[in-house]
Amino acid sequence: MSTALADDRAVGARPVSRGYRFELVKLLAQWRIRLLVLACWIAPGLFVAGVAQQSTLPSDTLFGRWMHATGWAGPLVMLGFAGTWALPLLTSLVAGDVFASEDRLGTWRHLLVAVRSPRRIFVAKTLASLTVILVLVAGLALSSTAGGLAAVGGRPLVGLDGHRLASADAAVRVLLAWAAALAPTLALAAIGLLGSVALGRSPTGLLLPPLVALGMQVAQMLPLPVAVRLALPGYAFLSWNGLFTSPVQLAPLLIGVTVSLVWALLATALAYLLFLRRDFTNLAYDGAGRRAITLGLLPLAGLTALTVAVVAVSTPSTGSGITRDKVQRSTATAFAHLYRLQTEQLHRPAVTEARLRTTAACTKSDGQGAQRGAGNDWRCVVTWRLPGVPVPGQAVYQLDVTSDGRFVADGDGPKEVNGYFLLRTPAGDAPNPLWQFDGNVELLDTTSKG
Amino acid sequence: MDTRHAVRARAVTKCFGEVVALDAVDLDVTQGRIHGLVGPNGAGKTTLLGLLLGLAVADAGGLEILGMPVGRAFGVPDGVAGFVDGPGLYPSLTARQNLAALARLRGEDAPTAHVEEALDQVGLTDVADDKARGFSLGMRQRLGLAAALLTRPRLLVLDEPANGLDPAGKRHVHGVLARLAADGTAVVLSSHRMDDLEALCSEVTLLATGRVVFSGPPAKLAAEDRELDYRLRTSDQRAARRLAAETAGIRIVDEPGTRQDTDVLVLRALVPALDELVAAVVRSGVAVRELAPVISPLEAAFLALTDQREEAGR
Repeated sequence: MSTALADDRAVGARPVSRGYRFELVKLLAQWRIRLLVLACWIAPGLFVAGVAQQSTLPSDTLFGRWMHATGWAGPLVMLGFAGTWALPLLTSLVAGDVFASEDRLGTWRHLLVAVRSPRRIFVAKTLASLTVILVLVAGLALSSTAGGLAAVGGRPLVGLDGHRLASADAAVRVLLAWAAALAPTLALAAIGLLGSVALGRSPTGLLLPPLVALGMQVAQMLPLPVAVRLALPGYAFLSWNGLFTSPVQLAPLLIGVTVSLVWALLATALAYLLFLRRDFTNLAYDGAGRRAITLGLLPLAGLTALTVAVVAVSTPSTGSGITRDKVQRSTATAFAHLYRLQTEQLHRPAVTEARLRTTAACTKSDGQGAQRGAGNDWRCVVTWRLPGVPVPGQAVYQLDVTSDGRFVADGDGPKEVNGYFLLRTPAGDAPNPLWQFDGNVELLDTTSKG
Repeated sequence: MDTRHAVRARAVTKCFGEVVALDAVDLDVTQGRIHGLVGPNGAGKTTLLGLLLGLAVADAGGLEILGMPVGRAFGVPDGVAGFVDGPGLYPSLTARQNLAALARLRGEDAPTAHVEEALDQVGLTDVADDKARGFSLGMRQRLGLAAALLTRPRLLVLDEPANGLDPAGKRHVHGVLARLAADGTAVVLSSHRMDDLEALCSEVTLLATGRVVFSGPPAKLAAEDRELDYRLRTSDQRAARRLAAETAGIRIVDEPGTRQDTDVLVLRALVPALDELVAAVVRSGVAVRELAPVISPLEAAFLALTDQREEAGR
């Protein structure tokens, strides 16, 4: 008989709290989990502190070029790595194995006789794996923050639009960025649970979170419409970028987090249903087979279609979300903030962004073809004005804009503004903030004040 | 409510798809007794044990465990413990940690005393802090038994508990089970080791293709009207051979070419004819040094009954 009919109020069913403790004991007794906990609490701090001491910085990673300037860049660089590699792997090793391990060890019957409630076993296992994942994520965040602050200190952080965030403000946003990344981590963990339940002892179950994460990353690299991009659970691994602009790009962040949480809930619910329908008397059980498709894959595919439709209807953006106006606005804003920073470094008279009246004129493919979309063929001419100087200044940038809205602006002269990577300041040579900078185009057309 | 019976099953039927695993099985297990389940592979023993542990529910028929009717999975009352298909152990935990975690799961906040007692009962105190990963099959069986003992069960259900045990371990486990039964616990165990069942069980149930083909004391099974092969060793084998040849109802089943003065004589006989031969041997002044069935009566009955069913099925 299927255990679906089992009544959870069975005589002597063990409370969830005891099952939760039992599952935690089992998880933490595994050398693999202990090693992960140690690694997550020690390695990021050492890595960030070590990289911050190097002369070459990971400038291809968001905030990597600021690792010499402030310790708050370290946890954000780590978050970038984590979203790509670490978090999918961690969720895979914890949530992706929590049910399958009982299949491998042949302990299901033992556990069921002891607990007497598949429902409570499911809840206990889910909560225990969630706890371990939270401990691992907390370790990554705190360790990298501690490493960055210890090596460089808590100086102001330069945001993605070039404006400076005071240390306290940067701390809050770093915390919020990691909190936002928890949502897609939970979605991957739920997919891990689903794989672990649906595929039994098959290693495919263990591989499911990294495979899904890889699929999501590939999807984010493709020139997809904004609605599809935002409807994928992996988008929240990128949407935290919007926390580091002014105003904060809140809408994509909230949509990304909401989509991820809905995925987490649905995948957990599907894993629960599959688990309760499992026949534990069948020794030859080797995954849910066709039921894994009807109860696992199809509902998630349906959710994706539904989310795309909802996002498409409720947000005004169409196409890639990257337009010439947005590129010009983002480039001009970032340049103005960074010009002010350069002015300070050179001890020139202070000037505000408003008085600079910075504008940017951008073209894609030398003005040929559609002036929208991702590509490394954007070219911008930035113009600004200084008080008392009749001739406006001009600087040229080559932009590489990726499909997710992020761009790298590479200075193309004049040499004294953005053509050289070092500045000769009264205090010695310093990195030139205008030589190369990161920026971000908000894919949606709405922006909330932050 | 029946308080004398730990298990009372009536016409219990269980199917897996089109396969009938149990077909109208009746089973009575009295408290304080050890009850053996015997049967060839696929006879339905593990399915029946699974029902007793609450892992599944019967499709038809009635099942009462410790006086309570069981109508749904995991609906068995407290006091039932055991394992099927081998004990469930976590290799990354030590023996002591396995038991302590299980005891806490069952509601004991400070299970130390019970854990130590259970380890001592099964003779694993010396390896209590070793990881279960390195345990032999026999040690795993004993640890599984200790896990079941933690609950102080009134019904203990064990699937092949003597698997992998060395003679000393087997004696230890038999002692534990006998003590439990003496204290009033009903024990249901399956085994392919007929000598174990004969030594331990006051009653056995023989299953074949999901049906009960015999249920009762092992002695009753052995005393059925069936010839058995016996090994006879005496102080004068030539005289014994001659007397056996002269006794009605005795057949000497030596292999062709066997020397007449070999140490052991194999005879096929019913018990009364054998009694007559022993009396004659003793009267002639020959000492009987050994007289034992070549295979146990229970095993012989098992083979005979299962062979009959196989032949009937052809």
